[in-house]
Amino acid sequence: MKHALALAATLCAAPALADEIWVSNEKDDTLSVIDIETLEVVRTIEVGERPRGITFSKDYSVLYICASDSDAVQVMDPETGEILHDLPSGEDPEQFVLHPNNRHLYIANEDDAITTVVDTETREVIAQIDVGIEPEGMAVSPDGKIAITTSETTNMAHWIDTETRELFANTLVDSRPRHAEFIKGGSELWVSSEIGGTITVFDVATQAEKAKINFDVKGVHPDRVQPVGFEFSAEEATAFVALGPSNHVAAVNPETYEVEEYILVGRRVWHMEFNADRSLLFTTNGVSGDVTVIDVASREPVKTIKVGRFPWGAAFRP
Amino acid sequence: MLRKLLTLAAAAFALPAWAEVALPVTYLKLEVPRPPVLSNLDPVPDDLGEAGAQLGLADNQTTGKFLGHDYSLTVTRVPEGGDWLAAARAALAESPFLILDAPAQAQLELADLPEAEGAVLFNATAADAALRDESCRANLLHSLPSEAMRADALMQFLVKRRWTDLVMIAGDHPGDKAFAEAMRRSITKFGLTLKAEKTWVFDADMRRNASQEVPLFTQDFGDYDMLLVADELGDFGRYIAFNTWQARPVAGSEGLKPVAWSWVVEQWGAAQMQNRFEELAGRDMRSEDYAAWAAIRSLGEAVTRTQSADAATLRAYILSDDFELAGFKGRKMSFRNWNGQLRQPIPLVTPRAVVAKAPLEGFLHQRTELDTLGIDQGETKCTAFQE
Repeated sequence: MKHALALAATLCAAPALADEIWVSNEKDDTLSVIDIETLEVVRTIEVGERPRGITFSKDYSVLYICASDSDAVQVMDPETGEILHDLPSGEDPEQFVLHPNNRHLYIANEDDAITTVVDTETREVIAQIDVGIEPEGMAVSPDGKIAITTSETTNMAHWIDTETRELFANTLVDSRPRHAEFIKGGSELWVSSEIGGTITVFDVATQAEKAKINFDVKGVHPDRVQPVGFEFSAEEATAFVALGPSNHVAAVNPETYEVEEYILVGRRVWHMEFNADRSLLFTTNGVSGDVTVIDVASREPVKTIKVGRFPWGAAFRP
Repeated sequence: MLRKLLTLAAAAFALPAWAEVALPVTYLKLEVPRPPVLSNLDPVPDDLGEAGAQLGLADNQTTGKFLGHDYSLTVTRVPEGGDWLAAARAALAESPFLILDAPAQAQLELADLPEAEGAVLFNATAADAALRDESCRANLLHSLPSEAMRADALMQFLVKRRWTDLVMIAGDHPGDKAFAEAMRRSITKFGLTLKAEKTWVFDADMRRNASQEVPLFTQDFGDYDMLLVADELGDFGRYIAFNTWQARPVAGSEGLKPVAWSWVVEQWGAAQMQNRFEELAGRDMRSEDYAAWAAIRSLGEAVTRTQSADAATLRAYILSDDFELAGFKGRKMSFRNWNGQLRQPIPLVTPRAVVAKAPLEGFLHQRTELDTLGIDQGETKCTAFQE
């Protein structure tokens, strides 16, 4: 079956001219590929069990997929949709980040309280680092010197020195941290806390908390405003923050840390990805099983695209 | 501000982090014989509740190792007929932090000991509404939801479905009667109608003849939307469904059940906790396990945020607006500062799925929708938390 699909995918996708958004469907064990020109799903590809985090190599030649319940990171040829091989990943890989060296994957092993570092060339585990319970959010600083793992139940950001592959700091955040990103040339780290309902902003040089971003969606109880994934528009002018079961995305000013606007999207919005010039934003909406396309300039949702069950991660491919 | 300073301190010293804080907790269990039930299909696990505390301990320890906080758990079992209060005094001499696995009366006797003054006790197993109401104690917090919270969760669902006409069969054990009373109160609260009720009086072995007895027993209920069962021991309830005279669904202690926890809860990050528990205990996680886990995690959360193991400091923090516990049920949980009850969502489950989660959409409250479940501040008779 998988081969048939892969074959079909090859036939259809041969001239891959248009840019694409790839979406992992956690409860369908598939990826949906959205054509950015037509805003339609053009391919559906079977993968391992419970795919969540997905990311392309820097040259887009391979796609890495956290197949959580298969306990593997799968490596796919995006042209053919064929799984080339699995990487050893540790148990239950949920989310990962590719180091700027395009070689080392930092993987959060959700069931094991471990961050695993895998060399994608030798396909070997080069380090395992003890972190808090249910590691999830992963980030690497632009200079590649610091990796971050956030742990959902321990409620911390763990700071990993990528040279020694050891923790050099552990900073508390609010409950259930989900996602982390470096911005402003790596001088700031943002960490979202789903249950706490906040984003904590750290000064990277000192690992000290420098700001906290709060959200208030009109007509939605604060308990249901649960920040998860977030991404920055061109030149980091705006941070877009998925607010989970509040079914809204917040547009945040990264200078003032104030929310400028809330945009209504599908149900339980989780992660997101931009197109090439960052004029369009694609959000994965887990419960409604679709992707909302937001026009970044007007901050209006322009289309809803049906994908598989429980879309989780999203990745851009030119 | 405090956190900022601490973070700074952590940055300066990196891993060997903050002040040494040690939190010893005792899980104190009074072994009570369980009345016999008709079926032996579901033995009660010997480590019910205790295993949840062990998981909470492991969670706390993982956090603690990054902060220099030390957590430990002592399990003390008092056999039937043993000296409960002597065991309690011994435990309190070691630590003011106790998780109680005992009937309501035994918990009250313990809470009233002079040695328990200023202690932080968690009730993880007794659902009695009175413990949170007229019999409340300032040193006794409740991580298990009350009967009233569970009944309200179910009735919200029935309101939503417009299944308004109800009948009930209740057993005659004290727990059955209490849950039946909670459901009656909740039926009134939500404007539903209890058309008829009966007490389960059969003493025959229902495995053999439920199919003959239950249709007749339920025949004179007439028409109704749902049959409620109050059978907290799991004695006769399992033989009701599909044997009723009318083709009607069953809820309460059987069928659609309002619970603190069940193995079918998998959303909201719960799958990971279920996996951790299964690995630790070799069985599914149940409501009492969840309540014990929530108790020890609440302490852990308070220690993490206050950097203290002082009972008064932790109690004050746990009851404050700053406290939040991520309990894998979709929204943050906190304690009601007027009666010490952990406010929490209540999943409505069948043996194979979560059907709904209360509070259901549309049930509003000026403070938090979670307070639509159970006795609210305005109606509570609890005064011990007022000073």
